[in-house]
Parts: sequence; structure tokens; C-alpha cells
Amino acid sequence: MKLNLKVWRQKNGQAKGGFETHQVVADEHMSFLEMLDVLNQDLIIGGKEPLAFEHDCREGICGACSMVINGRPHGPNKGTTACQLHMRSFKDGDTIHIEPFRAASFPVIRDLVVDRSAFDRIIESGGYVSVNTGQAQDANAIPVEKNQAGESFDAATCIGCGACVAACPNASAMLFVSAKVSHLALLPQGQVEHENRVQSMVTQMDKEGFGACSNTYACEAECPKEISIENIARLNRSYLGASLSSK
Amino acid sequence: MSWFSKFLTSSVGKKLIMSLTGLFLIIFLLVHLIGNLQLLADDGGESFNMYAKFMTSNPLIKMTSYGLYFFILLHAIQGLLIWSKNRASGGSKRYSGGRPLSTWAGRNMAGLGTVILVFILLHMWQFWFQYKWGEVASATYDGVEVRDLYEVVRHAFQNVGFVIFYVISMIVIAFHLHHGFQSAFQSLGLNHQKYTPAIKAIGTAYSILIPLGFAVIPLYILFAK
Amino acid sequence: MILEGKVPPGALDEKWTKYRSTMPLVAPNNKRRIEIIVVGTGLAGASAAATLGELGYKVKCFTFHDSPRRAHSIAAQGGINAAKNYQNDGDSVYRLFYDTIKGGDYRSREGNVHRLAEASREIIDQCVAQGVPFAREYGGLLANRSFGGVQVSRTFYARGQTGQQLLLGAYQALERQISLGSVTMYNRHEMLDLVTIDGKARGIIARNLLTGKLERHAAHSVVMATGGYGNVYYLSTNAMGCNVSAGWRAVKRGALMANPCYTQIHPTCIPVSGEYQSKLTLMSESLRNDGRVWVPKKKEDVERIREGKLSPVDIAEEDRDYYLERRYPAFGNLVPRDVASRAAKKATDDGFGVNKTGLAVYLDFEAAFERYGKSEAHSSGVHNPDAATVRKMGQKVVEAKYGNLFEMYEKITGENPYETPMKIYPAVHYTMGGIWVDYNLETNIPGLFALGELNFSDHGANRLGASALMQGLADGYFVIPYTIGSFLSKEIRTPAISTDDPAFAAAEEDTRNRIDQLLAVQGKQTVDQFHRRLGLIMWEYCGMSRNATGLQEGRKQIQELRAEFYQDVRVPGSTMEFNPELEKALRVADFMELGEMMMEDALNREESCGGHFREEYQSAEGEAKRNDEDFTYVSAWEWKDGDDSVLHKEPLVFENVELKTRSYK
Repeated sequence: MKLNLKVWRQKNGQAKGGFETHQVVADEHMSFLEMLDVLNQDLIIGGKEPLAFEHDCREGICGACSMVINGRPHGPNKGTTACQLHMRSFKDGDTIHIEPFRAASFPVIRDLVVDRSAFDRIIESGGYVSVNTGQAQDANAIPVEKNQAGESFDAATCIGCGACVAACPNASAMLFVSAKVSHLALLPQGQVEHENRVQSMVTQMDKEGFGACSNTYACEAECPKEISIENIARLNRSYLGASLSSK
Repeated sequence: MSWFSKFLTSSVGKKLIMSLTGLFLIIFLLVHLIGNLQLLADDGGESFNMYAKFMTSNPLIKMTSYGLYFFILLHAIQGLLIWSKNRASGGSKRYSGGRPLSTWAGRNMAGLGTVILVFILLHMWQFWFQYKWGEVASATYDGVEVRDLYEVVRHAFQNVGFVIFYVISMIVIAFHLHHGFQSAFQSLGLNHQKYTPAIKAIGTAYSILIPLGFAVIPLYILFAK
Repeated sequence: MILEGKVPPGALDEKWTKYRSTMPLVAPNNKRRIEIIVVGTGLAGASAAATLGELGYKVKCFTFHDSPRRAHSIAAQGGINAAKNYQNDGDSVYRLFYDTIKGGDYRSREGNVHRLAEASREIIDQCVAQGVPFAREYGGLLANRSFGGVQVSRTFYARGQTGQQLLLGAYQALERQISLGSVTMYNRHEMLDLVTIDGKARGIIARNLLTGKLERHAAHSVVMATGGYGNVYYLSTNAMGCNVSAGWRAVKRGALMANPCYTQIHPTCIPVSGEYQSKLTLMSESLRNDGRVWVPKKKEDVERIREGKLSPVDIAEEDRDYYLERRYPAFGNLVPRDVASRAAKKATDDGFGVNKTGLAVYLDFEAAFERYGKSEAHSSGVHNPDAATVRKMGQKVVEAKYGNLFEMYEKITGENPYETPMKIYPAVHYTMGGIWVDYNLETNIPGLFALGELNFSDHGANRLGASALMQGLADGYFVIPYTIGSFLSKEIRTPAISTDDPAFAAAEEDTRNRIDQLLAVQGKQTVDQFHRRLGLIMWEYCGMSRNATGLQEGRKQIQELRAEFYQDVRVPGSTMEFNPELEKALRVADFMELGEMMMEDALNREESCGGHFREEYQSAEGEAKRNDEDFTYVSAWEWKDGDDSVLHKEPLVFENVELKTRSYK
């Protein structure tokens, strides 16, 4: 299949970027990133700069891949990262727009590569249970109701890719933050520090310059792990509760 | 920073203010509509004028109305502050080659809200200000003299241009409500697979019926009277 | 060189406890001054950095990723073993130890493996306390499942994403230490050389991948946890970025590479679909709990399947060869990975492969649908359900267990595995070999430690499923925090190491020269083209089965490829910028040298054991034939530039386990 790519090129964060057009011949069984590999091989052989894009595990779990394909983070398929998107989702002759995730808190590094270290700093602000190695009691000493453990797991499947921020018209990080808050809040182990956690993570999120949630739910629609906005509601009420009751 | 101001200035707290003031305004719309429906009564404006007098003289309602003005301002100012911060955070509006997966109303609440604010200011000038300080004729019912607001309204709704503006404003309110209604509950942290579908359904019905109720009145007056 | 394993004396189950209690310690006031570099942030690296930080050391942690959370441990699916015996099915520390030794085909160190089995229990406690959402039973207690090569249920899991959850736990512990200031994190920094001063590891040269600047980082000790080298085969289940470079740089500075030929070929991966393929995707081994592996019995059925004229669901039960159940009735579909992979290879070599390339077998869940469906119908009070209802109910149960894997399969292949059986084929997955370490996890370079998949110590010639996560976390949380004291307690008088030492300047200069050399070639072939060719050579001559002629040929071809690489590779861009192609080129250059050493090792090991199968050494039935007489040792190789590597042997002593022929029949 022949494809027309309109790819975003930007030398660095300061440079002004723009679209560049390339033709690529791809196979329908290729993954989207393998198609970009083909493009890059052509570019290198042709003496041009290859397109920079972030990727690693290519099985939808590391969260490295981050690009907007035809206006949608990770492309057209629901619950699918860019690396798991396959070319059979496109037709011969299609024009495909490829852009970086856009948010002021995710400055562009090169082409499609953006800096998502703001997420690390949010986790650093409190996205953990404060337990040193060796302090733990027997694992079965803390029973957790099966469905609740399942709900916690669902929130914990967040891969930290940033598609929620990229999808949001406000570049809000609420889905990411709320997924971590929910993962830990739903377990007895995480309850202990819950109030401090939710307050410090929200403070850090605001400090990083992410926007406020305006409940458009684009994040949920684009999240490759289909994390629910119920988590955002949980964050909202936890934050209110924590603000009122913490000392 | 005290915990209170910290809460109010955080992105989550700001949204909570939007939610609470929004819910208040949602309830206000219903009360306002019930009053307005008296314009449809075929009694030469008596019930409407008596209602208007009651609403402006009862001290409890007067108090509430100051709260209302404050909430409208708070909702508007807070909304614009959020809008400007969200703009600065550089969201997803600029992608090429596809459409985003969110509703148009959801993405344009600030724009819709601004139109509504303009409408409210105009609305206040035209009716509320005139009623209080303008030159309005009197009407007497059972010996009680009241200002004849009914006549002011009837006069205004004879103007086709104004009626069109009014109806369009109601459509804008419908969109604003459609997103705002369920959004208010989400911001309060009320989202559960058991009751959220009901909230959404009620919100949709509310966002259609209330503006429709408002829009029917000028159309009725324009065409039927 | 005399290699000393330094396994402490005493009874097997007391060695570690006693050693741990008598080990020299570093006092808190000294810990605050002592600096440690940790390279890598996977399970082993992140848990080590976090724990060392908790203990009060000054830790600097490095990853080439944009965030520590991206390390490839995240992709581990199935689970983590622990000898908790929560299922009351006869499990114990000794049994886990024994299974691991046997599974590794008696090529690992007893002392290390027993310590691993002991630590396994603490790991689960630690992870649960951190908030890892493991699967639960209705009563709220932890659930388990079984994995290949064992007959007890000791695997803890979080759906098909156990590695992700464990890594996030370690990552969060690491982030906590970062916020407390005890760990300084260096994201997007790649270690390109090891710096030794007076024979001790004292620092690294790291390239800032954003600016291209070469940075010197000094410390009293260097801990490396940079993962395995499966990507030497180009196609593997490893992430694209996985590489051997940090470890290989240590080898070039004198560290020994142990058993490099022990590679694990995982039996259940999605088959290769075309030449453009960039990586292979694993389908968790846990699927073999419920899936049955088969190929058609009749060649004509195979032909018609390949032509697309026959669907596997239409093949009658008696025309199917469930070859694992037939050949290994005791373990059936749950034989260890090496056995399952070779059996698949045999089936396809015999011409029974079921896709166009002839390199695939079926993994079928029909029986599981029926079994679970019946039980589900029974418990929900549906009596005499029809077949369709049973199937549907069974599919629901399977979906709850493996939903994400089935989804992943469908995304990649475009086929629905609920309707037609999965197609699978073995692929390179894990490397048991690695940097030689003693009981303290210290390499032969004093002060240099290697953890996790990077070292060689615990899995022998074959790793059992769900043991990699266990080893990574054991090393990081429960071993290195103690054993590093054996080195650092002697360093409390050493002042902070200065990066002005001439050794740093020399290492930096070496690194710069390597980069400049690659950029100067400006040839006609891309790095990927070379990497692919290297992978093909490795797979052909040093893959699932090996022989002497092939290994010699393979080594020759790699040498030629390497020469060509330095003549004709094209690396675009420059050094002082973000340049992913340059990063790849440096890694592939190291893979080529490693590949050659793997061939040497495989050639030297004239026996078949675990993942290393020499065609010359097999039984009449095609089973691996070990040679305990001559090869019960660890091969630790010393790199010699432009010459044969030098072999050092560490004899393996078995005091508690009798060496037997592994049988899963």
C-alpha cells in the first residue's frame, strides 16, 4: 500500500516546526511504527535526517510511543497505542497526519519526541506508599476485596504515555493523576497516606502547568488503557474531602 | 497560603466552584421559568405583575437575588480564569487531519458562557433595570398599584429582531447546560456507573426543556398577541 | 584467573541467614558520604537504587529512557514466583530452590538459588505493602497460578501485566527516594564506559542523550542492572532499546562474561509476519495453563491450511497431534520453555508448521472454554446447558484471566483467538548468561556489581517462567543492600572520588573516539540493516539448535559483518545533539562483539543443556544430553581484542542436589 505522510518536523524546542510530506510503501501487516521505520531507512539512505519518534517495547505497555495520528493520540483505534496500531487500519492511498503530543507541559525535543518528565515529578510528589524495604508484614495479612483489587488494578494499568494530556483541549493531566490516586486509594495499604497524597499530587500537577479538567472526557476516549473518568470523579471528591479534613 | 485559598486556587477547587455555582444557576433557571410561564396567562398580565412585585419586595427573595448576582459573577469570572489558564496550557486544539473525540459544547463552554453573560447583561438592562429605575407605567389590581412589567415584556417581544436574539440565546444556554449539567456532578466527584446514566439523561432533558420553555414565551407573544 | 564464587559455608538453608548476620556493615554516618552509581531502572535497578537510598547511601541512578518507568521489566506478563505455599499444595523454599536448579538443567550455583528462593517470600510481602494490585480470591487473599516446569501453584500475578505492576511499585519507591533527595535521577543518560581506578570500579562515562555531551560521574561503587542481550538476535521479545552496551563496556574493562550462549527461546510468541518485522511479541506462558499446543497429524491438512482452504477448527480431534501431551505426559503443555520450544521446532522441521512460512503451531483454548464453561454453568445454576452456552460462559472466564493477551493477539494479527486457535512460534526472550558475579553479586572487578538479567547467577542454562521478576527484585531489594557492604565497608576512608582522575579523561577520550569513528564512516547501509543481518546469523547458527560447523561458520560471518560495519555504516547527524541513530550504532557495534563471544562459548560447551542445544549431543528420542563429567562449570570469558576470548572456569559444586537427567515425561 502507498501512503502519503504529512509528518511534523521540528529541530528542537526553540525551532518553529512544520509539516513535511513523504511517500511510503507499506505492508498491511506492518505496525504503524514499522511503517515509520521504513520511512526512516529511506531518509537515511537518501542522506536526510530520520524522523525522531519515541518507542521502545512495541507491545503497548512501556508508554514510550507518543504521537498524534490524524488528530488523535495513538491513532484511530480504541484502546490501542501507536505501536500496536497496524497498517490494516488504513487504506491504500491514504494521507496520514503525524504530530507530536501537544501541551505546554510537554515541550517538544525533536520532531515527535516530547519531554514528559512532568509526570515523573507528579509521582515524585506523592504517588507511592511510603514503605521501606523489609518493613512489610505478611502479604496475606491485608485482605483486599476481589472487585476492589480489580478496580485498583484497572487504574494502575496507566502506562504514563500522556495521551490524556495530548487529547485534552486544556492539556489537563487529571486522568493520569487520578489513575495513580485511585490505584492507591482503593487499597488499604494506600489509604494511610491518601489525603496527603491527593493534595500534593494536585499541587504538583498545577505547578507543572497542566490545565484544569473541563470534563470533555476526551482523555477517556483516547486512553490506550481505557482508564475511566470515574477516577477523576474520585480525585475530585478526595481532594475536597482531604482539603476539608486534613490537618 | 491558608488551606481555603489553596483549595480555591487549585485547579480542582476552581472546578468545584464552577460546579456549585453552576448547580445554583441551574436551579435558578427552573424558578425563573416557572415565573415567566405566567406571561402566558390570559389575564392581561395580572399574575405576572403580581409575581414580579412579590419577587422584588420579599426580603428573603431579595437576599437570595444578591446571592444570585454574586454567583453569576463568580461563575463567569472563575470560568474566564480557568479558560485563560487552560489556553496557556496549550491543549489539543491544533491537530490536523482529524476530529477530536469530545463534544463541541464541552470544548466551547467559555465561548458559550460569554454569549450567555452578554445576554444576561442585556436582559438585566432591559427588564430588571427598567423595572427598578426606568419609566414604567403602573397597573392596579384589587387596589394594589404595581409597575406594569408585563407591558415592558410584551413590548420587547413584539420586536422580531429581539425575539430572534432571545431564541438564539436560549439555544446557546441549551448547549451550555447540556455539558454543564452532568459536568457539575463529575466535578463534585459524583460519578458512578449506577447513577451517572440517570444524571446524564436528566441533564439532557433539562437542557432541552428549560430553554425550550423560555423560548416558547416570546414566540407565543410575537405570534399570538 | 581463579574464580571464587564466595558461597558462604554451612548448611544450605542457613548460609544466607548466617552470612547476612555476620556481614560487615557500613555505619549510617559513613553511608551519607558514600556514593553509589546505579545504572538501569528495571526491576533490579529501581529496587536497588530505592533500597540503597533508603539505607542512606548517596545514590545516582541512570537510565537511557525518558523515565525510569519505561524499563522493559514493564512488559513481563505472567507473574512472579514465591514459595509462600498459600495454596497448601506442598510448596516450600526447598521445592522452589529444587525446581529452579532442575529447571536450569543443573548449571547454576546452589547457594545463589537457595537465597533467591528464600527472598521470594519477602518480595511478595514488600510488593503488596507498596500497593501492587495482585490478583485476589473472593475471600480477599492472594491468588496463584501455575507456570511451566513445576507442579505447584506459586505464581503471583496481576492479570497479564505483572511486570508492569511490580515495576511501577519499584519505580514509585525510587521516586520517593528522589523526592527525599537520597537518589539523584539521570534520565536520558546512557552509560558508555566504565571507569576503573586502581582496579576498582569508580565511575562511568555517560552520554546525555539530549545534548550529546559526555559526562563523567564518579562514585565509590558502580551497580549495573541493565538487562539482557536478547536483541543480539535483532528479533526478540525485548524492547527496541534493550542492549548489552553497559555490560559489554564492563567486559571490555576486564569483567568476565559468563555462559553467554545460554539464551532462552520462549515457546509462545506471535510468529514473524514479514521482513519488515521489528520485534516479536510474547504471549504469556500462563496461557499454557489453559491452552493446548497442537499441529495437524496429516500433511494434507497442513497443505490445505497453508493455502487457506481449511480452518483449524474443522480438523477432527483424532487428526490433531497434541505433541506436548503425547511426548511429555507428566507435564503436558506445562513443560519448561526450552523443552516446549524444541518440540515446536521439531514439529515444524518435520513439515507440520501451520502458517505460510511453515513456522507456527497452534495454541488452542477450546478445551478450556468447555471446562470453565461447564463449571461456570454449574455454579450459576444452569443445568444441562447447550454447547453454545457452555462455550460462551467458558470464554468469559478465559477473558477474565487472559483478556488483555487475547486482545493483544488480535491487534497484532487481526485474527480473533476466541474463534480460531492462536498461532505461536518460539522466539528469543531471555538470556540466562551474563556478567560473571560471585555470591555478593560482585564482578571480578572490585566495586562493580551486576544485578538482574545482566548477571548469570541464578537460572543456569534455562530459566523457569515467572522467575525473572523474582530474581530482579531479590537482587535489588534483598541482596545487594546487604552484600554491597562487603565492598563498601572497606571504603569508608576513601574520600569522594574525583572526576579529574586521569582514568576519567582516558575513558572519555576512548568513548569520544568510538563515536567519532562511527560518524566518520558515512557509508551506504543503515545501522538497522547491519543489526538485521547480525540477527539472522545469530538465529541461524546460534539459535534453537547449534552444531560445531555452524558455530564456526557463524563466527566467521560475524567477523566479516563487523569489518563491513566499520567500512560501510551510515550514521546520520552529529554527536552533540539528540541522535537516536548514533545510540543504535554504538549498541549494534557492541552486539557484534558479543555475538562472536556467544559463538565461542556455544562451541566450547560440547553438551546440550537447557537453552543450549548442540545437535551432536542428543538422545535417540531427540532429548538434550548433558555431560556432567566435563561441563559442570560456569564458562567465564575474558575478552581479548582481535583474538580468541580466554576461558576461565568456575566449577559448580552440588552438595544438596543430585544431578539427574531432566525428565518431564
